[in-house]
Amino acid sequence: MDSDIFPNIGKPIKNATNEFVDYLVINFGDGFEAFSNSLLFFLVKLERLLRSADPLIILLCVGLLTFAASRRLTLTAGMVGAMWFIGALGLWQQAMQTIAIMLVAVAISIIIGIPLGISAARSERFRALLSPVLDLMQTIPSFVYLIPAAMLFGLGKVPAILATVIYAAPPLIRLTDLGIRMVDGEVVEASRAFGATRWQILKGVQIPLAMPSIMQGINQTMMMALAMVVIASMIGARGVGETVLLGLQRNDSGQGLVGGIAIVILAILFDRITQSAGQRMQAYRNIGG
Amino acid sequence: MGTMAKIEVKNITKIFGSNAAQALPKVEAGMGKEELLAETGAILGLKDVSLTIEEGEIFVIMGLSGSGKSTLIRHFNRLIDPTAGQILVDGNDVMKLSNKELEQFRRQKMSMVFQRFGLLPHRTVIQNVAYGLEIQGVAKTERETTAMEWIEAVGLNGFENKYPSQLSGGMQQRVGLARALANNPDILLMDEAFSALDPLIRSQMQDQLVELQEKLHKTIVFITHDLDEALRIGDKIAILKDGVISQVGTPAEILLEPEDDYVRAFVRDVNRARVLTVDTVMQPPAMRITHDNIERALSEMVRRGEEYGYVIHNKEYRGYVTQEVLEEAVEDKSSSATIYDLAVEGNSVTLEDTLEEALPVTLEADHPVPVLDESGALKGILSQEEVGQILVPPSEDDEAESKPVSLKVIDKEEETLKAAS
Ligand SMILES: Nc1ncnc2c1ncn2[C@@H]1O[C@H](COP(=O)(O)OP(=O)(O)O)[C@@H](O)[C@H]1O
Ligand SMILES: [Mg+2]
Repeated sequence: MDSDIFPNIGKPIKNATNEFVDYLVINFGDGFEAFSNSLLFFLVKLERLLRSADPLIILLCVGLLTFAASRRLTLTAGMVGAMWFIGALGLWQQAMQTIAIMLVAVAISIIIGIPLGISAARSERFRALLSPVLDLMQTIPSFVYLIPAAMLFGLGKVPAILATVIYAAPPLIRLTDLGIRMVDGEVVEASRAFGATRWQILKGVQIPLAMPSIMQGINQTMMMALAMVVIASMIGARGVGETVLLGLQRNDSGQGLVGGIAIVILAILFDRITQSAGQRMQAYRNIGG
Repeated sequence: MGTMAKIEVKNITKIFGSNAAQALPKVEAGMGKEELLAETGAILGLKDVSLTIEEGEIFVIMGLSGSGKSTLIRHFNRLIDPTAGQILVDGNDVMKLSNKELEQFRRQKMSMVFQRFGLLPHRTVIQNVAYGLEIQGVAKTERETTAMEWIEAVGLNGFENKYPSQLSGGMQQRVGLARALANNPDILLMDEAFSALDPLIRSQMQDQLVELQEKLHKTIVFITHDLDEALRIGDKIAILKDGVISQVGTPAEILLEPEDDYVRAFVRDVNRARVLTVDTVMQPPAMRITHDNIERALSEMVRRGEEYGYVIHNKEYRGYVTQEVLEEAVEDKSSSATIYDLAVEGNSVTLEDTLEEALPVTLEADHPVPVLDESGALKGILSQEEVGQILVPPSEDDEAESKPVSLKVIDKEEETLKAAS
């Protein structure tokens, strides 16, 4: 089936990529390992904390957090009940592992994503450069970058986190950018006219006014991070994803379903908490009606 | 050249677009806005604008939407940089300021009030009013004390902990005004500050501004597209059309001596009676009697053909006399009446009265009404005919005929009068 009209470009790309990854592994392996270790350090601490804590304390925290975000008792009770249900499914430990991975991934997404979003809102050119990269991050199948990630960082939690960040950060970057650009120009101008520095404008006007949009970005990032849980478990991240994966491998539909339910519950939990927090942050918009 | 102008704008041209530099020579060569847009895609915002704004005056910049008013006022605090030209504030070239100096300059020299208020929606009224001071790093208690004073000054006590969305438009703009004043700037820039308000609220705000200005003596640059508003509050008015200044003058000059058809068309529909004040239209008193010799007064009046004489004693107006009354007094040898006894005080108007206020008095009297200043001195007279003539707007065709009394003539005559007394 060889045809002359198709020169073989695939092979050189393949080879070049492999050589590049090898080059990275050989020359910067130590650097990647150091990075990997420091990330792991935080992750392990958090995971240990969540897993060793008395479930009652965790349930209490979920309740307090929901109430602080929403000020609604029914929602709070519902969320505590849902969390309790995960324990009743026998997946408490796995859920704690998943939450730890997800929180670290979301934290990294925020640390990277918000500054990138702000830069994109400031510079037309930067946005033009960033936009195709974000498209790529969201559309390219995760396995494509999981292979080199696993080579660089070894199997386990770190490549899982990186894969999650790559997949989950784009909506936060986009919504931060959008939120800041949608801030009323006259308000920003007023701030400038009063002699505010760029940092004062950002901190006192743009970020607070873009907060609903940023919160929505964080919410979406969390949802997408949870969507990555099963894939992440394939490269050695433990947690609820592993439960599903094992169900798949062992042809055990029941286990798959139980794991799936736990993931959905976690998704609802984080969704409601961040949504309510976002709404309360813009309470000033609604008072006047 | 006495004192330095507060703001001096010298030959500012502003072209919007990435190719502004290439477009500049074409504008300088006289290319108009449409042509420039068609040829280069650049938008001409302002063309060779020069202005002098004096300390303590309310300087109004008026023009239709898109005439470049916002662009012009944003040059004063350099929210917009000119393509060419110079802006001096207190004699300092603002284009020479570094970023840090510019921030400092905006914090101290001038504050701005915006058309759609530009309030921070996530902050309460008091936090909004204190915003300028917060930017400057003033401590919280101190800035909130100052903010509270200004909230009271604009009549918003009790609303300090509300959010802007809880207030009406007029109240929100009061917050905007208080926020600008809390910085205690020399200069207040107001870009269509009252345009978004209902007519009634708008005139209240105009009054409040004029009232505040009487206490504060700031230099106020006020932008509007509404000529009535311009005439009502402006000490000076600049009329802007398509980025070019058409005319700069006092309200009376704009109304009575429009320099081109554009301004003439603008002023035609204005309610002149409400805008013009007596001092701009009065005539010098034709016959002043400053002694009490009745016979001499009578002969002077007869010689000059004046029917009425205005009696003045110790620089104070005492009343008017007619030829008839004086003749009777001369004939009646037994009378010992002085000219002061004969003078009838009658009604008078003051310099600052609008024609609308002066009109009833003028129409009632059968003689030209005396115009007095605060000290009671006679400054001029106002006759029915003059008032009638002034209130008729100039029409394009019979312009020469209806052209009202020239202001410059009055000024000159007043000067000779001053010199004489
Ligand atoms: N940032 C900008 N970019 C391009 N054109 C502008 C910009 N700002 C103003 N203009 C143009 O300059 C002209 C004057 O605008 P503006 O100063 O806002 O007028 P006004 O305040 O009198 O309504 C208009 O033709 C407007 O379209
Ligand atoms: Mg404007």
